[in-house]
Amino acid sequence: MAVEEIPKEKLLWMYETMVRIRVHEERVAELFAQGKIPGFVHLYVGEEAVAVGVMANLRKEDYITSTHRGHGHYIAKGGDIKASMAELFGKKTGSGKGKGGSMHIADLDVGELGANGIVGGGIPHAVGAALGIKLNGLDNVAVAFFGDGASNQQNFHEGINLASIWKLPVVFVCENNQYQISLSYDKQQAIKSVAERGKAYGIPGVSVDGQDVLAVYEVAKEAIERARRGEGPTLIEAKTYRFRGHFEGDPQVYRSKEEVEWWKKNKDPIKLFEEKLLEKGVATREELDGIWEKVKKEIEEAVKFAEESPWPSKEEVVEDVFSTPTKGVLVWQW
Amino acid sequence: MAVVREITFAQALNEALDYEMSKDPKVVVMGEDVGLYGGIYGVTAGLYGKYGPERVRDTPIAESGFIGTAVGAAATGLLRPVVELMFIDFLGVAFDQLYNQAAKMRYMFGGKAKISMVLRTTCGAGFSAAAQHSQSLHALFSHVPGLKVVMPSTPYDAKGLLISSIEDDDPVIFIEHKGLYAIKGEVPEEPYSIPLGEADVKREGKDVTIVATAAMVHKSLEVAEKLEKEGISIEVVDPRTIVPLDVDTIVNSIKKTGKLVVVDEGYPRASFASDIAALAASKAFDSLKAPVKIVTPPATPVPFSPALESEWIPSAEKIEKAVREIL
Repeated sequence: MAVEEIPKEKLLWMYETMVRIRVHEERVAELFAQGKIPGFVHLYVGEEAVAVGVMANLRKEDYITSTHRGHGHYIAKGGDIKASMAELFGKKTGSGKGKGGSMHIADLDVGELGANGIVGGGIPHAVGAALGIKLNGLDNVAVAFFGDGASNQQNFHEGINLASIWKLPVVFVCENNQYQISLSYDKQQAIKSVAERGKAYGIPGVSVDGQDVLAVYEVAKEAIERARRGEGPTLIEAKTYRFRGHFEGDPQVYRSKEEVEWWKKNKDPIKLFEEKLLEKGVATREELDGIWEKVKKEIEEAVKFAEESPWPSKEEVVEDVFSTPTKGVLVWQW
Repeated sequence: MAVVREITFAQALNEALDYEMSKDPKVVVMGEDVGLYGGIYGVTAGLYGKYGPERVRDTPIAESGFIGTAVGAAATGLLRPVVELMFIDFLGVAFDQLYNQAAKMRYMFGGKAKISMVLRTTCGAGFSAAAQHSQSLHALFSHVPGLKVVMPSTPYDAKGLLISSIEDDDPVIFIEHKGLYAIKGEVPEEPYSIPLGEADVKREGKDVTIVATAAMVHKSLEVAEKLEKEGISIEVVDPRTIVPLDVDTIVNSIKKTGKLVVVDEGYPRASFASDIAALAASKAFDSLKAPVKIVTPPATPVPFSPALESEWIPSAEKIEKAVREIL
């Protein structure tokens, strides 16, 4: 889609949101290296255009399901960054009160139904959200994000098949970053594109350059509008690339430094979009620099909030397992 | 005046589903052959005609897909799904959606998610259905924090517990023993609920406590009746829900009788039976006058041949023998 066809406000939202994800992820990498963030983290650097291009079409009331590499989806859907940063630290003020961590961040208030530690685990949840939407007569949609590896899972097959036979308002977005941990895409599947699988479910399958935010936006727009009209699901494959390892600390023996550098130099989604915005006169260099400064400040505030937040208390270990209390023992402790 | 009739266990469940569907448009039923067919045991009979294909949904044989769909629908709060897993033995192909997803979302999201869904499923041997259609796997669900596990033994309990389960805001695994569907019992016509986590003393006694689940409750009652003629007084406690567990009622009964037999159709190791035995050892040790006896199947797959299967299933004779050994 051409820059001219999209309002400036939306273009700048896309740019700012991609920058927010990039700054967030690079800061998280530093904090992780400093030992301030426990566990492990999977970062979204390089893939920003996918989440942003899709989410630019969504409303607050729409739902998404995310993955272990979920910070970008959360941020683009409008999740509270202070709460997620505190969650990464394991603090009481975190989105999950410190009980979930990076792979289980959610913000139900903005329709973010959760990151997921199980590959493909969230795909049927988006189908369920879409079923709820349909049976309640709403015109919202659900979007399932997942990776190339997840497209080999049963939940991909069973979830898309259900959505297809029930004509549910859901869009399946495969972020094909070309490696399932170490195994390259051509060694996982004998087809050229995950989108080819759409045919097997009788739904459209579209492949798009996941480094081009406007291309993603256009393809997602069509799929989401189609879903809102009640015409059923679409499978989108966004071909993308993660600039960092599978997880922080990944030695990346499965790909060359040259390959990674080539992608960073030639296919950085933020740089590519920036060039377009400047060339078409949508924004000046100063305006764009101002966005980076604003976002950096915002992320630092989130880090400060997380650092200054208290740890959860010991009593909280046994809280939040169940909603409805009962007379019998629910949370067992000998 | 309350109208009480004799109906079957399956009909009692059907009434609970019908009541909940009539009351709350968010309640939907999903599963294999639950629609026009009415469920392979007839539990959903008539619902398809009454509520239509949108709310009574036949699914492909894709248990992970449709159970996961229920989890997602529940997480949004837009629906309260009641899903049928035809046999508990099939949970292997769908377990992740229950034990990693439904069970853990609330905790991982800091108490912000409510997963209001029920998974109805069947258990139990006795039909020569062999090793993949006969198991009683409630211990697997009970092991994982975040799931409630309900196991009724009578038509009355079935109706009241299913109503409570559907109205509960947590994921509930509702396990129906196949051998109970046809049994009849008194059930009020009007809706009522039985709180989860309250055991029922099915028979009072003073010499021995039997804690039994589902079909084993009936076999234990049979033994109790027989031994009463010899002046042996047996108390039969049905926990009705495995999670939550009514620890007080069980422990109080053991303290009263000083003797415990646990009867369960689950496998013996890391099981419901060993769990209750551990409870007795840790909470009622000083009252115990004899070793705790456990009556379960052996740790083998369920055999096919009627000659073998009848040996595999805990029998009234084995229960009686266990009781006599500690008298």
